Amino acid sequence: MRALVIDIGDVPIQLSTRHAGLVSLLEQRYAKFLSPQSSSPAIRFDVSVVPAGTLPGDADLSVTTRDGCWQMARGDFRAEWDMRSRCGWIQQTLNPYSADSVLRIVHTLVMSSRGGFLQHAASAVRNGRAFLFTGRSGAGKTTIARLAPADVTLLTDEISYVRKVGAEYRAFGTPFAGELGEAGEPCSAPLAGIFQLDRGCNTVEPLSPRDAIRAVMQNVLFFSGDPAATSDVFDTVCDCVASVPVNRLAFVPDRRVWEMIA
Amino acid sequence: VSEIYLRRAPRLAARRVEGEMIILAADDSRLFVLNEVAAAIWEAADGCSPLSAIVERVVCRDFEVDAETGLRDAREFVEQLASQRVLQVSPVPFEADGEARRVP
Repeated sequence: MRALVIDIGDVPIQLSTRHAGLVSLLEQRYAKFLSPQSSSPAIRFDVSVVPAGTLPGDADLSVTTRDGCWQMARGDFRAEWDMRSRCGWIQQTLNPYSADSVLRIVHTLVMSSRGGFLQHAASAVRNGRAFLFTGRSGAGKTTIARLAPADVTLLTDEISYVRKVGAEYRAFGTPFAGELGEAGEPCSAPLAGIFQLDRGCNTVEPLSPRDAIRAVMQNVLFFSGDPAATSDVFDTVCDCVASVPVNRLAFVPDRRVWEMIA
Repeated sequence: VSEIYLRRAPRLAARRVEGEMIILAADDSRLFVLNEVAAAIWEAADGCSPLSAIVERVVCRDFEVDAETGLRDAREFVEQLASQRVLQVSPVPFEADGEARRVP
């Protein structure tokens, strides 16, 4: 049995498996986010690999909960996680994406009660401050990541990770990549601004609190229909936009857009 | 015109932001924004107060609207929110468990 500890957002999750091929895939995918095996994981999963065709290949994602136990399933995996024991299992075909999905789901569940959330957004650090660029598919997340100058550290071009640490919100790097196909850097910085991406001439306009909440909420990554968890995330987003400026950023896809972000 | 009773639907999270009420539906993450008057009615929807009483208590008093206009506008707004499953409506008061009281 081989155990890998993947540390995203200071929440180490251990994946243990006997399958050498899967270990190799996971080591590649999470290379920047692997912690020493001696580190104490907050959450543990046993992962088994089943032959292709064993699982219903085209089934959509479903996430359900009962008595603190979460069941997740999609065409390529089935998984269960008990929030009390912090342990679970994953049964998947041999691919790097199933574990990735389970990690995203578990992080959203963990963050809902810890003052954090995952967001469909690119994020990056410049001059020690983090900026989020949020928007649905096609809004320009990967474009703005590609246009980043050399002094910018990319945290992700697809799924951003925001959590309150002490009195401030911080953005953390994630391995969850979009079209860029590259993991972010495993670092964090205080969140200094959120930008809702739009197309147009290069302009930055502040959003009202209402529009800011709407802009962030509509791109929060969240799989649970649980009212308490939903309420927690909503609280966190309202609190976050009250302390972090949210702007609409219209831009033409060239490097000048970064002149507006510092 | 017959009386109606309102109750805030379950599985919603709501926060007041600068006078407006922002409501999030847990099931499908839909967001609703209510203006001040609508927010006041939604907050007062306790399942046992008839709409006419709510209008008189929170709309006519706080927003200087006459009862007839207030009730007409409120009915329209209530109909919209009920169709969006943000409010529940019944011709009889709701029990504490959320069910409409049975007519004997």
